[in-house]
Amino acid sequence: MSAVPSPPGQDSYQRIKVNRDQCTGCRLCLQVCGMMHFEGINPKKAALRVEARFPDPGKYRPYVCTQCGKCAEACPVGAISRDDKGAYIVDKAACDNCGACVAACPFGVVFQHPDVPRVIICDFCMLCTEMCNTGAIVPWKKSAGAEEREVARG
Amino acid sequence: MARGFAGTTLRVDLPRGTIRRLPTDEALFRRWHGGRGVVAKICYDEVPRGADPLGPENVFIMTVSPMSGCLIPAGSKVEFGSVSPLTNGQGDSNMGGHLGPALKFAGYDLVIFTGISPKPVYLFIDDDVVELRDASSYWGMRSLDCEKRLKEDLGEDFEIATIGPAGENGVLFSCITHDFGRQAGRTGQGAVMGSKKLKAIAVRGSRSLHVHDQAGLTAYVTGIIKRTQKHPNMEPWQKYGTAFFIRWSNDNGVMPTRNFQTTYYEDADKIDGDQLIEKCLITHKACFGCWMNCGKYTKAVIPGKPEVHLEGPEYETGSLCGSNLGMKDINHVAYINWMLDNLGMDSMSGGGVTAFAMECFERGLITEKDLEGRSLQWGSVDDVEHFLDMVALRRGIGDWFAGGTKRAAEKIGRGSEKFAMQVKGQEMSGYDGRWAPGMLLSYMTADIGAHHNRSWTITVDMAEGRESVDGRAKIVVYLQHIRPLMDTWCICRLFWGELDITPEEIVESLNLITGWGVSPEECLRTSEMIWNLNRCHYLERNKADGRTFDYPPARSWEDKIPTGPGKGKGVSRKQVEQMLDEYYAARAWDAKGNPTRAVLEDLGLKDAADNLERIGLLGVPIPGGIPAVRGEKYKPKAF
Repeated sequence: MSAVPSPPGQDSYQRIKVNRDQCTGCRLCLQVCGMMHFEGINPKKAALRVEARFPDPGKYRPYVCTQCGKCAEACPVGAISRDDKGAYIVDKAACDNCGACVAACPFGVVFQHPDVPRVIICDFCMLCTEMCNTGAIVPWKKSAGAEEREVARG
Repeated sequence: MARGFAGTTLRVDLPRGTIRRLPTDEALFRRWHGGRGVVAKICYDEVPRGADPLGPENVFIMTVSPMSGCLIPAGSKVEFGSVSPLTNGQGDSNMGGHLGPALKFAGYDLVIFTGISPKPVYLFIDDDVVELRDASSYWGMRSLDCEKRLKEDLGEDFEIATIGPAGENGVLFSCITHDFGRQAGRTGQGAVMGSKKLKAIAVRGSRSLHVHDQAGLTAYVTGIIKRTQKHPNMEPWQKYGTAFFIRWSNDNGVMPTRNFQTTYYEDADKIDGDQLIEKCLITHKACFGCWMNCGKYTKAVIPGKPEVHLEGPEYETGSLCGSNLGMKDINHVAYINWMLDNLGMDSMSGGGVTAFAMECFERGLITEKDLEGRSLQWGSVDDVEHFLDMVALRRGIGDWFAGGTKRAAEKIGRGSEKFAMQVKGQEMSGYDGRWAPGMLLSYMTADIGAHHNRSWTITVDMAEGRESVDGRAKIVVYLQHIRPLMDTWCICRLFWGELDITPEEIVESLNLITGWGVSPEECLRTSEMIWNLNRCHYLERNKADGRTFDYPPARSWEDKIPTGPGKGKGVSRKQVEQMLDEYYAARAWDAKGNPTRAVLEDLGLKDAADNLERIGLLGVPIPGGIPAVRGEKYKPKAF
């Protein structure tokens, strides 16, 4: 997986590390994410997701943005750019909600919702990690440009 | 529409196959709050008193509360209600998981099913799309298998509730299953679903919920979350869930053992929380929005049987299907838990019924001839497996036990009523009340029979004196108001009981969501109103003085505890009568256990008083009037 070059002078980005076996599927992260960024409560507007694999093998699998940059590469109108935290930010005015980034995201963490006229991508506000009580998603700083594969595992 | 509501109520006419959409009656929710309160009111108003609970006149209700899905601590519960075929009174049961919030996110607060469908159907809800769909290809499937198939057919992101063969066959303690291991088990709601030919409910929702003060709610509740993350009880709850209490309960002499013969199980260390985590755990599992993950998703591995996956056993199932059946291996307890889940039977009543049958077998009241040539020995998972199949499919004398212990004892006779461990037809929860008199009184007086979730007093009994019954009734009345409020709000009680979230904090959250501006005292009165309405409903259906229904089986007062820390302890008949006298006085009911006009009118239930008067069951007035507040506030200890 190719890492997107880091902005000059930036030595670390805010990331989210996933300890996948510690996820208990409560979706508190989805709930607070939706509440933090939109009026109303709606976990379907969250910028991360949890997959439940039951009854076999009986596991939850959280997926978060890895800052891989595929969304920005795929965007035909240049509406996605990286901020100094490392997050990929959607320009509300420029995004035409075409969905190219949704298809390009390797982990299925770019979202569209019928009530939202643009795509939803994690802005690394980190509230989800504050609420997670099991250590399944935790804040993590990593030197820019380093190998990104290990955080990318869902 | 006040905030917190999804906005729409569905009335599903099963005989016609039509669905009406109505605006949610906010006044109904404002008065009854939701969940248990709303189902109590609808059943009281809409089900004729003579109606057969499994007939077309009963309703079946699924509902939530304004708090559901709104960040509230563990606001995940979905409530089901109807007149119970098991108790013949108002019945309700709820479960966690993700279905309740999904219903709200799809746009619905309340779903009322009426009549009986001519063919098997399931209710499909995907936001605005609401349909009754043919369920012929799912009918006959076991609960967990059916959920798996429906997810394959509809999509993994649908939240699904199903019934199993037991519900289809009218086993009176059938449950509703969801999320591969969450059950609404008590009062036979699965049997009512089955009687209506309603195999399943599948819901997916993507709408937003709006609250009165979103910024205030977010700040308030995230503060509570951060505080409780550091609570000392958090770690054991996350690690063990309720299975932690197997050892605690045994050490304190309340563990139901071999059909409540004794209260101490010598092999408890083979079925306790450590065994569960070490041998069975697959993953910790939480309900929607809950950061305590008390659910344990597990496997049961028994040589010669397929490996099965289930959620649990939690404490109740672990005791009632563990020590109460004489099981000596956690895998066996888990396997029985899985069998009951998949057949669609309540694993609490299922354990109680099986234990009763085992004691009947031990005493020769039923024999191998009755059991298709099999035996039914304490500790035999194979015997239990065979017996449960007979019950779920109502084969042979399985048909007797399908009615629960009370009805089975009536068929078997010969003194078996004495050890049919039930009240009002519902099997006891996993605590013996002989050395915990408040718990016994809780079982005796609960509207739905011997269930611990109306009030739980083991720690109260330990603090106030386990041999004395004095003053216990007032505390039980208080707990019967506060604890069921959680079921009315469709939130989990564990945060209140275990992590010290106060009722005041929950009420503040309710106000931030709804803007209602209610006080904790008003909420307690609402709960008392529900309690009294359900009492009236019970008396109107069963047509005798209330006191006659409030006695436990004779084992609870005739037999002293034979072994363990509670050896020699017991509650006397005199103490049982004293507790009832004090309880009725604390409730402002008369000595026959019938509600008085004064208390009913004080609670705004004049119609119910008139109805009782008409059938001659209105309580005689209390000399000197009624107390202004019923029950005595008590701060429960942990658990």
